[in-house]
Amino acid sequence: MSAQDGSAARALDTAATPVLHAVGVHKSFGTLEVLRGVDLTVTAHEVVCVIGASGSGKSTLLRCSNLLERIDSGTIELFGHDLGNERIDEDLVRRHTGMVFQSFNLFPHLSVLDNVTLAPRRVLGLARGPAEQRARELLSRIGLADKASEFPERLSGGQQQRVAIVRSLAMSPRLMLLDEVTSALDPELVAEVLDLVRELARQGMTMLIATHEMGFAREVANAVCFLEGGVIVESGSPERIFSDPSEQATRRFLQRIVEAGRL
Amino acid sequence: MPGASRQAREAEGLAPPSPSRGAGGPDVGEGLPISLYSSHRPRWRGRSGTAASVVSTLLVVALLVLLIASPAASSFRNGFLNIHQMWVAFVGDPAQGILSVGKGFLLNLWLSVVCEAIVLVLALGVATIRLSRGPVLLPFRALAIAYTDFARGVPVILVMLWVGFGVPSLNLAGVSSQSPVVYAGFVLVFSYTAYVAEVYRAGLMSVPTAQVQAARSLGLKSRTTLSRVVLPQAVRNVLPALLNDFASLQKDTAIVSTLGVAEAVHAAQIAGGVEFNYSAFTIASLLFLAVTVPLTRYTDHVMARDRSRRLASTVT
Repeated sequence: MSAQDGSAARALDTAATPVLHAVGVHKSFGTLEVLRGVDLTVTAHEVVCVIGASGSGKSTLLRCSNLLERIDSGTIELFGHDLGNERIDEDLVRRHTGMVFQSFNLFPHLSVLDNVTLAPRRVLGLARGPAEQRARELLSRIGLADKASEFPERLSGGQQQRVAIVRSLAMSPRLMLLDEVTSALDPELVAEVLDLVRELARQGMTMLIATHEMGFAREVANAVCFLEGGVIVESGSPERIFSDPSEQATRRFLQRIVEAGRL
Repeated sequence: MPGASRQAREAEGLAPPSPSRGAGGPDVGEGLPISLYSSHRPRWRGRSGTAASVVSTLLVVALLVLLIASPAASSFRNGFLNIHQMWVAFVGDPAQGILSVGKGFLLNLWLSVVCEAIVLVLALGVATIRLSRGPVLLPFRALAIAYTDFARGVPVILVMLWVGFGVPSLNLAGVSSQSPVVYAGFVLVFSYTAYVAEVYRAGLMSVPTAQVQAARSLGLKSRTTLSRVVLPQAVRNVLPALLNDFASLQKDTAIVSTLGVAEAVHAAQIAGGVEFNYSAFTIASLLFLAVTVPLTRYTDHVMARDRSRRLASTVT
């Protein structure tokens, strides 16, 4: 078991290749074409923010990246491996790729500590002791050590989302996919979650972030992609995208954001 | 204070000052007075509520008095509530050929526990097959649907007669020579697996897909996701229904009496027949109640505890 795991981990760990490399990705749900040829590259220790209106395909792009959805055509390479290859083990893909959802999706029947230790114990085969020790370390780093034995429903939204992030981190992922992680939060709780994400970025975590928080994207991203109608209309450095977008569509989108008082 | 004038309330700062309306401005809420009072008379509140509860209590008491004091009451007590007869039936009397209802009830208990254990496992299998997707398992899915429709649609007693008398008559080696208890157990498992499978199915469907996606995104295999994430939540959501079915199964072990197995109801039938007294049925009923009532109270307790543990500080 462990030897097999080791070789699998090595197989995914080829240096100097992009962490995520998507080319011409198409994805439809029934007759609705959500992604219509998306190209995207995320290199190691880079933070890429995907912005765009609701329904533009941001979530779908993230969900295709850890095989929660299968793409119709194009290729997505993760750590240098084509996810379309039939020998790809989707459980291994997800083990190395953390995903955080808009609605937290903590397991309501498990305590905070058990939420964080479930995957390390059941997937990595860690014993309860070491798994809990690591979980407590992570929880104390986000100031929630005293909540370890609480159930998720007793935490605030912001606390739940931070636990959800820590739950992903407990698997030591090489790539984090954050799907509008602050969109379900009350405004006063957004900051504590963004602070944690900022901290991850500072530590060099590779992240692909779908977000509506433009100020945050501008501050934390190495690159920003504007997604509209299932294609990436424009991408570049946050300074350029937010200050001097070259595309009409990007300008229109940002204008609406400014008018809504969100930038 | 319905009588206070608007001006008075404005003066006290309870109502916002009337906005001055410019010509052609939007309607900002002035106009006809709004009533917030129900047009119905308040029901069962205050004094009339107390009166109503006194009346209902008196009605119940009168009913009980009627039952105890009526001319039929003493023959009812003797025929149904005779303590001596209950005791005779409970311990049994080998000299008169009366089987012990108490001993028989142990068989009911044993049968219900063993059957329930098997049912809980098999039903989960059936439910999982019914919820499976894709063409590979389609024949199994169809079979599972046909089975649940059949097993839930046919009365248990009919299946019991069918299997209990039919199978022995087939003269199949190894199958037709089993003890009636085995046939009875098979029938109970056959019928109840279908019910419990439907309960499981409802429970599994009640767990949001987002939970599955969160678990799978952490690298958990689908089997682990089912056992560690989906099933615990599903069972919690349908625990009352599961225990309800368990109580039903426990009661339906009485149907085994049709096969002449010496369980509580069969023993009570014999005792009642020998003594021409129905108190034996009463003691049998009491034994069943002694199990099902604590079981139900325990379910309520577990659910309340679980709920308060999870939600205690959500509502503040």
